[in-house]
Amino acid sequence: MAQSLVLVQDLHKDYQTAAGAITVLKQVNFSMDAGDFVAIMGPSGSGKSTFMNILGCLDKPTSGHYALNGHPIAELDGNALAKIRNQTIGFVFQGFNLLSRASLLDNVALPLVYSGVSKSERQERAKVLLEKVGLGKYINSLPNQISGGQQQRVAIARALVNRPQLILADEPTGNLDSVTSEEIMALFSALNAEGISIILVTHESDIAEHASRQVRFLDGRIVQDTRSRTMENVTEAGVLN
Amino acid sequence: MFSAMLGEAWQAMGANRLRTFLTMLGMVIGVGSVVLMMAVGQGAEESVKQSINAMGSNLFIVLSGSSTSGGARSGSGNASTLTVNDANAIGELDGVGNVAPISMGNAQVVFGGNNWSTSIMGTTATYLDIRAWDLDDGYVFSDSDMRSATRVALIGKTVVENIFGDINPIGKTIRIKQNPFVVLGVLKDKGQSLDGRDQDDTIIIPLTTAQRKILGNQFAGSVRQIMVQAVSPEAMTMVEQNINGLLKQRHNIREGADNDFNVRNLTAVANSAAETTRTMSLLLGAIASVSLLVGGIGIMNIMLVSVTERTREIGIRMAIGAREGDILLQFLLEAIVISVIGCLIGLFIGITGAMLVNKLTQAAVVISGYSVMIAFAVAASVGIFFGFYPARKAARMNPIEALRYQ
Repeated sequence: MAQSLVLVQDLHKDYQTAAGAITVLKQVNFSMDAGDFVAIMGPSGSGKSTFMNILGCLDKPTSGHYALNGHPIAELDGNALAKIRNQTIGFVFQGFNLLSRASLLDNVALPLVYSGVSKSERQERAKVLLEKVGLGKYINSLPNQISGGQQQRVAIARALVNRPQLILADEPTGNLDSVTSEEIMALFSALNAEGISIILVTHESDIAEHASRQVRFLDGRIVQDTRSRTMENVTEAGVLN
Repeated sequence: MFSAMLGEAWQAMGANRLRTFLTMLGMVIGVGSVVLMMAVGQGAEESVKQSINAMGSNLFIVLSGSSTSGGARSGSGNASTLTVNDANAIGELDGVGNVAPISMGNAQVVFGGNNWSTSIMGTTATYLDIRAWDLDDGYVFSDSDMRSATRVALIGKTVVENIFGDINPIGKTIRIKQNPFVVLGVLKDKGQSLDGRDQDDTIIIPLTTAQRKILGNQFAGSVRQIMVQAVSPEAMTMVEQNINGLLKQRHNIREGADNDFNVRNLTAVANSAAETTRTMSLLLGAIASVSLLVGGIGIMNIMLVSVTERTREIGIRMAIGAREGDILLQFLLEAIVISVIGCLIGLFIGITGAMLVNKLTQAAVVISGYSVMIAFAVAASVGIFFGFYPARKAARMNPIEALRYQ
């Protein structure tokens, strides 16, 4: 069997709070092949954001195993994790999270600063990506001079600039109207068609329909794992547990 | 990557110009005052050094002792106990170079319609050698002038200004206490002595002339003081002992009795004056350094605010691959850029201020490359030192919490 891009086994995550330990993730098992497009759904507090943070190497699990491309993440130090976030994973956030002082070109080129790419190459690559997401005319504008949908396109261009294998999108359409949401989802589908793996967190089921697989979280567990197009792969995780 | 970070530091500083400017102002004032204080302090040291050099090196002055009349004791220099013969005998001692006996007093000097009261110094030509005092114009009186007590005079710059104005004094005849004197030469500008006396307000005439014609009523051969120059700094202790021994013998002073003369080491006095100014300039520098420290604390304060304000930005940068070191470097660089630019402006203001002080008060200032370098190095280290804690705070942030920060 081919190696999974993402392999998570028996993942637990506890948070220490003033009121005692809270378990956010319990016995989560998940695997994903390269090229897949997964939507993660679930109500607030179901643990999906924590799960995304762990997959994005921003957070560490309390126990359990997580391997990216077959490499266990637990063994890596801070700098190695930063390198993975820089080169293997691209983040897209609900609030876009662009640097307000920097031009669109500088925003998109920012990850390349941390991988030591020369200035001329940084600008060239950022420009190509801004053109690809349809914002080639605005490269010197500031983020507050363009619309929310356009800002999210810039954020996607930034996520793509280091040619990652995996894009993690945390409610990327949460702040957008339905027409703009459709445009952003079409962009994700196009990227997935080019072979980039995508994991997307969303509340909305019509957004989740764009993915080829839907995973539902509830109270820190995966309760449903569905493939939308090939019906024979459907498993009712809730039944199995 | 470094240049990209410098660019970002510049951008971040530009984002809040007033705050950046105020932060910088702390550095500007700190560095400016250090440079100014050091310039003034070193200037003072330098002028003291010049006074010492102008005074002459390895000098003793032998003063006649006090006299007692009717139970009242006068100050030293008033008894007529020292003689030209004493001076000649001192000249024979080992380690003694030049010796100049001096008689002096004040007198009114007249030329044309102008008159001026000045000090009249009767001495030998060696006095000018000891004081390393040259002539601006004319020539010094000769041995034969000495022997025949000729009425000739060398006059100081202040006297020239006051009675001659623009007239060339050489060869002109002036009157000192009604006696006509021919001006042989004009003394070079000597400036103030260590105690602030104007050394150019003087007239030098041959000792014999002074004793016989001007400072009359002393008995022949007596002098006020004898200036003695040792051949080297090392010989000074020995020379002092020898002068004391010789004069005790010549003046028949018994063991245990008071001396009727005083030997003073002028060089030691001068050195202590130099020491005083050095201490003063150190003190000025120390006070100014405090303002540099305060400026550094200002930088730290603003960097802490900046780190908190930009928490979300830090989270974003971490999410897209910034290492701890990258974040640390970014904020550190910002602190350093602020302090270095502040330092450059401070240098400019400090140097301009020092020149202004020089212009307005005529006080000597010295701007040395050394003090500029020190100020610069200190400013850079202040930036690093006070920028490090906020930068480390930024670098140690938890990316998830930073991203959630509103």
